[in-house]
Amino acid sequence: MNLLINILFSYLASVGFGVLLNIPRRALNGCGIIGVLGWMVYLFIKHLDLGNMLANLLAAFAIGVTAIIFARVKKMPMILFNIPSLVPLVPGGQSYRAIRYFALGNNSLAIEYLVQVGMIAGAIAMGFFLAELVGQVYFKIRTVKES
Amino acid sequence: MQDTQMQELIDSVMLAGKIMIESGADMARVDDTLKRIARNGGIKEPKIFETTTGIMMSVPDYKLAQVEPIQKRTIDLEKVSRVNDISRAFQLKKITVEEMKVKLEFIDKKAPFFAWTWQVLAAAMISCTLMIMYNGHWQDFITTAVIGGLGYACYYFINTTFKIKFVSEFLASLVIGALSVLAVRNNLGISVGMIIIGSVMPLVPGVPITNSVRDVLAGHLLSGLARGTEALLSASAIALGIAMVLRFM
Repeated sequence: MNLLINILFSYLASVGFGVLLNIPRRALNGCGIIGVLGWMVYLFIKHLDLGNMLANLLAAFAIGVTAIIFARVKKMPMILFNIPSLVPLVPGGQSYRAIRYFALGNNSLAIEYLVQVGMIAGAIAMGFFLAELVGQVYFKIRTVKES
Repeated sequence: MQDTQMQELIDSVMLAGKIMIESGADMARVDDTLKRIARNGGIKEPKIFETTTGIMMSVPDYKLAQVEPIQKRTIDLEKVSRVNDISRAFQLKKITVEEMKVKLEFIDKKAPFFAWTWQVLAAAMISCTLMIMYNGHWQDFITTAVIGGLGYACYYFINTTFKIKFVSEFLASLVIGALSVLAVRNNLGISVGMIIIGSVMPLVPGVPITNSVRDVLAGHLLSGLARGTEALLSASAIALGIAMVLRFM
C-alpha cells in the first residue's frame, strides 16, 4: 500500500513539475515514468541501508540514463525529461533544518546540515555525470561499429 | 549564395539562439542546434560563441558578424522543444530558410503555455504529494496543498506583473512560512516543518541547477557558473523568507 502510494505520488509530482515548466504535452507521460523510476531506485537503495549519498547518486544515474533513451526515442531535448523527475531528490528536509538552526542561532548544527545538503547535491551531479558518460560511450561504440 | 539569403539565414540562427537561451535550454543543446542550422544553410565553418547573456556569430568566408544581447531569462521548455523540431525539419529540407524565419518569429511571439489556474493546481499537487513522500503526516495533506497553491500563485503574480527576480521567491516563501505557522496554531495541521518543506518545493530552481551542472560538464564554464549563481541566489531568497518566519513568529 505504501509502495503504491509512493509510485502514484512520484508520478503526479513529476507531471506537476512538468506543467510548471511548460513541457510539451506529449512529453508529460514520459516525465512521470522517469520520475517514478528515479524515486523507486532511491527508496530501494535507502531500504538496503546503503546510505543517503549512494541512493541519490544511483537515482540520478537512473534518471539520466532513461532520460537519454527517451530523448533519443522521442527526438526531443533531454532536459525535458530529466529536470521534472529530479525534483523529488532535492534535499528539502536537510535544507529546511539548516535554515531553521541558522534562524534559531545554533550555527554549528546548521552548518552540519548545510554540509549534508552540499554532499547530496554533489552526489546528484555525479550521478548525472556518470549517466552522460555512459550515454556517450554507448553512442561512440555504436558509430564505430556502423562505420 | 545570395547576400539576402545569407542575411536571412544569419537572422534565423540568432533568433533561434535567442529563443532557446531565453527559455532555459542548456548550452550544449543551443550550440548543437545553431551549428546544425548554419551548416545546413550552407555556411562551412560557422563560428558561434554563446553565453547566458548574449550570442556572437561570425561567418569567416563572407566577413560577416552579428551580436545578439539577451536581456531576460524565463523558463519555457515548450519553446526549446519547438525550436529543436524546426531545426530538424530544416535539416531534412522540409522547410526553406524563409519559412524557418517566419516560424521562429511566430514561436518567439507566442507559444502555448498552461493557464495560471492549471499551474497553481499543479503546484498544489506537487506540494502535497512530495510532503507525503518525505514521510509527512496525512493530517497535513489538504493544508499543504492549499498553502503550496497560494505560495505559487503569489510567486507567479509578482513574477508576471513586476518582473523582479528573487523578490518574488522571497515574498512567496514568506507567505508560505507565515501561513504554515498560522495553520498549525489554529489546529489545521501538525508539523510546521513538513508543511513548509512540501509547499516550498514548486519554487525550487530545478532548471538552473540542472543546466549549470550540464554546462560545466560540457565545457561552457562561463554559462555554467552564471547559472549556478542564479540558482544559488534563488535558493537563498527562499531560505531567507523561511528563516525570517522561523525567527520572528
